[in-house]
Amino acid sequence: MSDIEIRNVYKIFGPEADRHIAAVKAGLTKAELNDRHNHVLGLHDINLTIPQGKITVVMGLSGSGKSTLIRHINGLIRPTSGEVLYDGRDVVTMSPPELRAFRREKTAMVFQKFALLPHRTVLQNTVYGLDIRGLPRAEAERRARHWIERVGLSGYEDYYPRQLSGGMQQRVGLARALSNDAEILLMDEAFSALDPLIRVDMQSILLELQKELEKTIIFITHDLDEALRLGDKIAVLRDGAIQQVGSGQEIVLRPATPYIADFVREVNRGRILQARTIAQPTEGGGALPAMVVPAHMPLDQVARRMTRQGAAFAQVQDRAGTHLGVIDLPAILEAMVNPADAEPA
Amino acid sequence: MDLIQFPEMSRSSLRALRQTVDGAFRDFTRAWGETLETLFSPLQSLLTFIENLLIHSPWILVLAGIAAAIGLVSRSTRITLGSVIALLLVGYLGMWEDTMRTIAMVAVCTVMAVVIGLPIGILMAQSNRTSMVVTPLLDMMQTMPSFVYLIPVVMIFGLGKVPGVIAVVIYAIPPVIRLTNLGIRHVSADVLEAAEAFGASHWQKLRDVQLPLALPSIMAGVNQTIMMSLAMVVIASMIGVRGLGQPVLQAINQQYFTMGIMNGLAIVAIAIILDRTTQAYGKRLQKHAEAGK
Repeated sequence: MSDIEIRNVYKIFGPEADRHIAAVKAGLTKAELNDRHNHVLGLHDINLTIPQGKITVVMGLSGSGKSTLIRHINGLIRPTSGEVLYDGRDVVTMSPPELRAFRREKTAMVFQKFALLPHRTVLQNTVYGLDIRGLPRAEAERRARHWIERVGLSGYEDYYPRQLSGGMQQRVGLARALSNDAEILLMDEAFSALDPLIRVDMQSILLELQKELEKTIIFITHDLDEALRLGDKIAVLRDGAIQQVGSGQEIVLRPATPYIADFVREVNRGRILQARTIAQPTEGGGALPAMVVPAHMPLDQVARRMTRQGAAFAQVQDRAGTHLGVIDLPAILEAMVNPADAEPA
Repeated sequence: MDLIQFPEMSRSSLRALRQTVDGAFRDFTRAWGETLETLFSPLQSLLTFIENLLIHSPWILVLAGIAAAIGLVSRSTRITLGSVIALLLVGYLGMWEDTMRTIAMVAVCTVMAVVIGLPIGILMAQSNRTSMVVTPLLDMMQTMPSFVYLIPVVMIFGLGKVPGVIAVVIYAIPPVIRLTNLGIRHVSADVLEAAEAFGASHWQKLRDVQLPLALPSIMAGVNQTIMMSLAMVVIASMIGVRGLGQPVLQAINQQYFTMGIMNGLAIVAIAIILDRTTQAYGKRLQKHAEAGK
């Protein structure tokens, strides 16, 4: 296990990508490359560390290059230049057999359109990755049944994908990926095709499983709410370039560009921002407020609790009881009001 | 210059051209004919063996065997029962032996076409270049009047079963190849990418994803191939292939209307039996697609 390091990755789509890479590195823009040479700049100088055991969300609109980026991690797409490092090895330079072994043993993927095998039942689909690795069928089925149960599909083992709803099909996709027991889980818009309520369900399942699995998950989405809910770390992609990397709290509180500010504008800040984010360190000495709020409590709940108790100040503590700082109601209000909306235009 | 008369090659050089090509081919035939014949002799033995098995076994066993095979493949009592009735009728009308010969011929030709055609179709699907080379060949095989390629085949092999099988296979193989290629190419890119992402090798992708998903299309090709080889039996009878085609040919030459129509209907009966059976099989393979919501 290790972090995944994406370093200086460029991807140009087109028959003569290698010829234009130097010009792009020297500053040729996406539009110029397209106009003059009819090549498409897919990714522009991507540098990203994907921490081990965490969920990293890559967020962007369609055409931002997020699906291209995730496919670099398991070598489905090769970069025009750059490195993708895992466990001290560069995925980019792997030979085809090495790459196959890497995909079989280290990664598993969940797809937007599920990509199940229509002629195989739920159970047969779930064992697919293990089949490819050549695991004996009995052992493969034992593992598959375990994960089918964990994603809540017990009793559906002998159904064909066509007989299942979208949400259930994607549970099969998830079970198939988890059966592989890989360290890296790649999720390409895995929940985007699902109804909103089902989507939230699936997010809960994923978060629940991740608590014990602690896999290195890369999750692609165009949905900010999804990104904020799932992401320990979020990278915002636009036109093939990373605009900002940070925690959800950072991105909402301090958007790096007007584009991201626009993006986070409609977010319910009170529900996203947490007490720890705006806690002010106390300058030693003074007595701490009596009221304690947990570090991960969203601000709207903190505010409700404080007003009910009539407290103007509260101290923030994490689960272990460590003191993180103090917050007051004006600071909470300040954070909950979007700076862009604060002053009438 | 005369614009009415097309500027053609002189008669003498045209004759020379024909003679050169014919001569070269005749030399080739003399040099290689025997080798080719030995090469194809297993085919001859196989065909004779099946024919003898069907003709010289007790008819009731043969009928039971055929019915069992149809029942096993189609899993339909209706199709099985219909086939038995049709075969009984054909036999009662005096065409049992010829029908058996034709069934043997069609069976061997279909197996040959699938054995040769499936790999070619798979190769075509893997490479656009192969596809570019093979497609015009297939076009030619399907449009060239079959009499034309009967000539060299007969020159090499003489009259008999083997040249018949070769001619029929040339005529009937294109659908298997085309539909295998098409079926594999139409496999959804998403599913293929998933296979790739899980580390499937070329062979694993072919075995677990491409062939199973292309199977309905491949089966349609096999079905077409069977129908086309049946359509060839009359022409094949011109070069000495015995079976239902021969009496038809005789009927044409001597204007025996009833004889022609009876043997023709026997061919139709075999066609319908094989068509319904293979289609029922194809549908059964597709049961995942029909599974109720």
